[in-house]
Amino acid sequence: MHPASSVIVFTTLSGVGYGLLGWLGLYAAAGLLPMQPLFALVAMLVGLGSVTVGLLSSTLHLGHPERAWRALSQWRTSWLSREGVASIVTYVPALLFGIGWVIGGALRDWLMLIGPVLTLCAIVTVICTAYIYRSLKPIPRWSNGWVVPNYLALAAMTGALLLAGLARVFVVPLSGIDILAGVAVIVALVLKLGYWWSTDRAKAISTPESATGLGAIGAVRLLEAPHTSENYLLKEMGYRVARKHATKLRIIAVMLAFLVPLALLIAAWQWPMLALPFTVVAPLIALVGVLTERWLFFAEARHVVTLYYGRRLDPAA
Amino acid sequence: MTSLPHTRGTARLGLVIDLDICVGCHACAVNCKEWNTGGVAAPLTDLKPYDADPDGVWFNRIHSYEVNGEDARTVHFPRSCLHCEEPACVTVCPTGASYKRAEDGIVLVNEDLCIGCKLCSWACPYGAREYDLDAGVMKKCTLCIDRIYNEHLDEAARVPACVATCPTSARHFGDLGDPDSKVSQLVREREGYDLMPEMGYKPTNKYLPPRPRQRDAASIGAPALEPLPQAGGLLGLIDRLLSG
Repeated sequence: MHPASSVIVFTTLSGVGYGLLGWLGLYAAAGLLPMQPLFALVAMLVGLGSVTVGLLSSTLHLGHPERAWRALSQWRTSWLSREGVASIVTYVPALLFGIGWVIGGALRDWLMLIGPVLTLCAIVTVICTAYIYRSLKPIPRWSNGWVVPNYLALAAMTGALLLAGLARVFVVPLSGIDILAGVAVIVALVLKLGYWWSTDRAKAISTPESATGLGAIGAVRLLEAPHTSENYLLKEMGYRVARKHATKLRIIAVMLAFLVPLALLIAAWQWPMLALPFTVVAPLIALVGVLTERWLFFAEARHVVTLYYGRRLDPAA
Repeated sequence: MTSLPHTRGTARLGLVIDLDICVGCHACAVNCKEWNTGGVAAPLTDLKPYDADPDGVWFNRIHSYEVNGEDARTVHFPRSCLHCEEPACVTVCPTGASYKRAEDGIVLVNEDLCIGCKLCSWACPYGAREYDLDAGVMKKCTLCIDRIYNEHLDEAARVPACVATCPTSARHFGDLGDPDSKVSQLVREREGYDLMPEMGYKPTNKYLPPRPRQRDAASIGAPALEPLPQAGGLLGLIDRLLSG
């Protein structure tokens, strides 16, 4: 699948934002949210800012962005529509939570109530985003049980890393955030490796033989393509990344998204003198890693329509 | 609405394509382009039509395959929208632009509602939807809805443009929801099949498989030719000189 930069930025940044907001809601529910107005203001701006920039970015690849509001109407059947509705609904608890937190004082009880609502909305929105891809049967690398846990774990991981960095900058006590971030990194890494392990080995259900129905006669090979240059289908659905590049990019993604941030967290715990720069750099490096991972999520996915153009879906093909 | 119609009529209009007969001449694709670039989904935009790498919207694409094995052969294969019973292209649409008609099962796009998110084209296993980069909306086969119900046309012409033009009659149009229709009978007789049934989209259009190849000329009961009698005179002389 063509890795459109607007969609890569959208899924990555909205994941960061919802991850951050989700953790804040949990801290509020546990009564562990530090009531420090400046930290509150910056954390909410970063969280809602990431979400908003991500959502605006997603409209950039539309043919008619001015009609984007229409995408809220078909939530009964469409995960894209549900994602749109959930993202807008999430602004309500997010803004109420943000106002309550920045003002602080007597609103502390209010935060304990609205916090879990915010977390729930953030989780639902990320699940909807993941299901846009998860629900597409013609794309085997997306239509499997690993996709939703991967999206959730990467959102939780990037959100926790960013929150840990912000807490360090503003010198506020956010108990256990470094450990939560570390655990989230490990969980996300295991899920990502599981996704690759599983999807690399998945046997293709559809073949050029089932696509044409000619398998009863024998093996099907494309003799003549319908057109001499690439059409929309091949440009959008027939994107191919060389396997040697994909392998290198996977290594880069694993290093930047998981291993380096984890090493930085451990180093920050080991050498408290350098904890500030380490915890601030960790989420930034993880972001570059997750952008690489998301690029691969699109570029490595193959669509069954390419069977008609003589390609095969097996990862080995 | 992108919910599939709850109450549906019995009619399922669609195509039956005979892979035994198709000669891969592309006439159906050309006439489709010709009609539809002036029809409801007009224009079928062409980008850089005179350059080295032209790119344009077509509703019908003709592939040619080499099928190996004992009964090896070349098969020409027209590919267009199958107007599925379970069209995920419709249900994924976030705006309600894509819809399936309850009365005849035709899958259409309302271009005024389409935001050009392309998700429907991702959801289609058959590559039936092609995005119009110029108009910013998705386009697809309409089953020539502006021909089949068009009372300004002669009754014989009220079939999709691809069917009307096929020089070998490899394409048939009719109601696949009616078990007694000609197309339904054809599908039964020739064991017509669905493309990629494993996807679960339940296509309406059916394909008829190539018939088994005939290895020897059929015996038609005609006697062998008799040898010609020897000619005499001048012609006989010339014949003998030249044959010598």
